[in-house]
Amino acid sequence: MAMDMTHAIHDEAHARDSAPMREKPMWDPYVAGFFLGLVLLGTFLVVGRGLGASGALTRASAKLAELVAPHWVHANGAIGGYFANGGKWWDDWLVFELVGVALGGLAGGLTSGRFGIKVEGGPHVSKRTRLLFAFIGGIITGFGARLAQGCTSGQALTGGATLALGSWAFMFAVFGGAYGVAYFVRRLWQ
Amino acid sequence: MMPIHPETWVSYTFAILAGFAFGFVLERAGFGSTRKLAAQFYLRDMTVLKVMFTAIVTAMLGLVALRTAGLVDFDAIYVNPTSMPPQVVGGLIFGAGFVIGGYCPGTSLVAAVTGKLDAMAFVAGAGAGILGFAGVYGKIEHFAKSGANQRILLTDWLHLSFGVVALLVTLLAFAMFAGAELIERKLRGRGAPTEKDSENFDDAHASPAE
Repeated sequence: MAMDMTHAIHDEAHARDSAPMREKPMWDPYVAGFFLGLVLLGTFLVVGRGLGASGALTRASAKLAELVAPHWVHANGAIGGYFANGGKWWDDWLVFELVGVALGGLAGGLTSGRFGIKVEGGPHVSKRTRLLFAFIGGIITGFGARLAQGCTSGQALTGGATLALGSWAFMFAVFGGAYGVAYFVRRLWQ
Repeated sequence: MMPIHPETWVSYTFAILAGFAFGFVLERAGFGSTRKLAAQFYLRDMTVLKVMFTAIVTAMLGLVALRTAGLVDFDAIYVNPTSMPPQVVGGLIFGAGFVIGGYCPGTSLVAAVTGKLDAMAFVAGAGAGILGFAGVYGKIEHFAKSGANQRILLTDWLHLSFGVVALLVTLLAFAMFAGAELIERKLRGRGAPTEKDSENFDDAHASPAE
């Protein structure tokens, strides 16, 4: 409904474009944010908790590690608890939610024309460099998310909306860390 | 009285549906594009800030309204416990990784399922970082567990009511939106590189016009 509305607005812009249209336009940021807020509100009202991404990623990573080194994982103070007392790695709301995120992202990509096997990055870096820094950035982000007990979804968004003090501190720290490092890695993006 | 707290399998089914909507909206917001995400930190594209704070304000005001109407028990909603030292340090590290890798965990998953190989590398890295954290957890456990680890709200910290804090957060968001629009207009006016000018590795077609 609102989707069609935003499309209509953007389609006008497209009509002026000489290039053939291949992608559906993105939603207006405020429209996207509003719908994201409604989804978040919905999870608060139904299950009494918000959204997340790193929690399920942690459980999945713990399971993969358990396949290789079960004793190490079971004895680990950070991730061993998932398997205590016959616990299953997948038995958590966040895991099912992240499965939904993957399906929804896929559906979004397939219906927008933005699905495509490719490496995306700044204009002046090679594919190999981009892949390497994506991996390194992932390591740092994953570590930071565990230390902070959540990421942009589980802390900033969810904790932000419930006015959690530490989540607001986390959010500003994320922007601080990113803006602080941005200058030093500008060649990756500009 | 909400939250409803349905039984486990109903809740898990709802999780898939809510996650689906979450992932779909992230894709439509353009968060499957690493250049769009990274542009936030070079002030070229303020979409990340706009989407995040619009979502926060929307959900927050919904909670305020339903709480005032007596339809929701806010105390029954999970609130992330506050532990300042690990959350601030973790946030700084997280932010550094965000601008180096070009994604956060949720957006990397959306980009990965839409075929972006760099996002798959990021997801793999995040998994490695998570296990790396587990690997050093014994050594940093003391710091990781420091702080109150309690339900502390902005309302407790500011000694203001929920409604007043919600109003302040809303005003803060609108001030940031105004700043974001101003920055975008200014940099566009100066002919700063935008997403449209950037080259894609595999196809050099222009992004949709704004």
